[in-house]
Amino acid sequence: MTSRRRPVLPGFGLSLGFTMAYLGLVVLIPLAAVFIKASGLTWHDFLAAVGSPRVLASYRVTFGVSFLAALFNVPFGVILAWVLVRYEFPGRRLVDALVDLPFALPTAVAGIALTAVYAKNGWIGRWLEPLGIQVAYTWLGIWVALTFIGLPFVVRTVQPILEELEPELEEAASTLGATRGQTFRRVILPALRPAIITGFALAFARAVGEYGSVVFIAGNRPLHTEITPLLIITKLEQYDYRGATALASVLLFGSFGLLFLIQLLQRRARRAAG
Amino acid sequence: MSIEVRNLSKHFGAYTALGNVSLKVDTGRLTALLGPSGSGKTTLLRIIAGLEYPDPSADPEAGRVLFHGEDVSHVAAGKRGVGFVFQHYALFKHMTVSDNIAFGLTVLPRATRPSREQIAARVRELLGLVQLDQLGGRLPDQLSGGQRQRVALARALAVNPKVLLLDEPFGALDAQVRKEMRSWLRRLHEQIHVTTVFVTHDQEEALELADEVVVMNNARIEQVGDPQEVYDRPVSPFVIEFLGNVNRLAAGTGKLRTPGEDVLYVRPHDVDIQRGTSDPHALRARVLHVFSAGSYGRVLLQRADSGEQFEAEIARDRLGDLELKQGEEVNVVFRHVRLFPRGEFTEADVRDGRLSEAPRPGAPPVHGAGEHI
Repeated sequence: MTSRRRPVLPGFGLSLGFTMAYLGLVVLIPLAAVFIKASGLTWHDFLAAVGSPRVLASYRVTFGVSFLAALFNVPFGVILAWVLVRYEFPGRRLVDALVDLPFALPTAVAGIALTAVYAKNGWIGRWLEPLGIQVAYTWLGIWVALTFIGLPFVVRTVQPILEELEPELEEAASTLGATRGQTFRRVILPALRPAIITGFALAFARAVGEYGSVVFIAGNRPLHTEITPLLIITKLEQYDYRGATALASVLLFGSFGLLFLIQLLQRRARRAAG
Repeated sequence: MSIEVRNLSKHFGAYTALGNVSLKVDTGRLTALLGPSGSGKTTLLRIIAGLEYPDPSADPEAGRVLFHGEDVSHVAAGKRGVGFVFQHYALFKHMTVSDNIAFGLTVLPRATRPSREQIAARVRELLGLVQLDQLGGRLPDQLSGGQRQRVALARALAVNPKVLLLDEPFGALDAQVRKEMRSWLRRLHEQIHVTTVFVTHDQEEALELADEVVVMNNARIEQVGDPQEVYDRPVSPFVIEFLGNVNRLAAGTGKLRTPGEDVLYVRPHDVDIQRGTSDPHALRARVLHVFSAGSYGRVLLQRADSGEQFEAEIARDRLGDLELKQGEEVNVVFRHVRLFPRGEFTEADVRDGRLSEAPRPGAPPVHGAGEHI
């Protein structure tokens, strides 16, 4: 392999070798360990571990609510990115910095804070309670937590694309007689679509693996508000390493499969566009 | 469709983009808004298009835009019937060339929208007009700059605009393509005859392409006229300096006598060199350098009385006859000059270095009879 320009990093071989070693140490070997550990189970035990009613219910909660949270983050994140890119207002930089807070905040802290706010006597929960809406200790609470931690993904993937989108495109559409709705649907949205799908996928994948912020607000009632990562931790605490890795491998396959599907959709969307 | 703007002003914060500008463009004309960057030409074009609005004014007559006598000041851009072409094309990257061109038709309300077949036919017709017949299925990224700009033009023309507005349409293209596009646009205009206004900072482009040139400077219109008029009878030092090469000399000193202290402008092609004349009033100059390569010869001269340097353009065969040597002194004759005494202007004939006509401050621009010696 030769490269025409002189690269900054020394030697293709050395760079690639380092990349592979790093990826292997940090990502691939731990992942492989999950499967190797899980493979210590017989098929029967494996199916029993990943297929019990309590575990199946936890998949529904984890994947279902993660999906809803990521879905909600799409319009909300796009609007937020739009406001940050297109408007100049006092405190814009502060808002921009706040978007990253879910990245930086220890998730357990976020979970406790959200629980305090949404509990029956919390700042917001107090007002929702009379309306018959209970957030904390229900799947709604899980959804709030997962929306919180997923928000930066959509904003940060859409934002740079929006920044590159010339305002002239909107002006061109408007001089051609397009309404605002038509301009958004036919000019802006198609340009943002790949970034939106990526942001959705990242937010979703993050939500599936989330533990810290959820366990406090979820209440963890078996069959109702138990998430799969919680069951993994429970198994670990009972020294059932094999059962824990079995569940982990299901989660891993689940989110990997979904990401793969999204990639496929994205590629098809791109091919349809040209 | 004629365009008229009345007393437009536009400020961006403390910056004045347009200061009380009025202009009338006749139906079917190809008009250039010419000026350096920051002169307000693009702002004026965008206000005509409805992409920008003038500052509100207490005077109800001020700040108005009229199309064919009808006030469109408060009409949205999409309803004005203008086609707008952007410097950087602003094509929709995810759509094919055909879909780009059809866009203006497909966003029409269902009641007035042409059928699918009619739209396809119109797109084919426009692709032919801009000479891109085979490229309807391509994406904008697969086209060259000149092709992209022609797609943008076809897209703007698809909705049958009453007015076509182009913002530095060839600004992003390289010199060779620019030249081709220029003559192509001229031919296209003769074909479709829609009232067209384009913005440019390239004086050559404006003079070559436009029926009428609007010279702008510092948020104001300096002069409006056909290309020959603004070139031959510039009304201000700015116009004469912006359009083509010109020598700037101090008059009222040495042999160039005028009643006041004036600035004298003479085009290099209006400077002639003679030898052997013994007229004591003639302007004498020393030959500093002779450039004989090119379609005409250029001679760099230095005034004997004031030491100012200036340039002469001489036909090559005449340059050969003169046999100029570096350092020798010659007589210089100005065929046609313009004088600008402190903002006012006048025109003067020069015979053998003497001005035959006194400056007439405040007089309207009249072309002098000075095309001969």
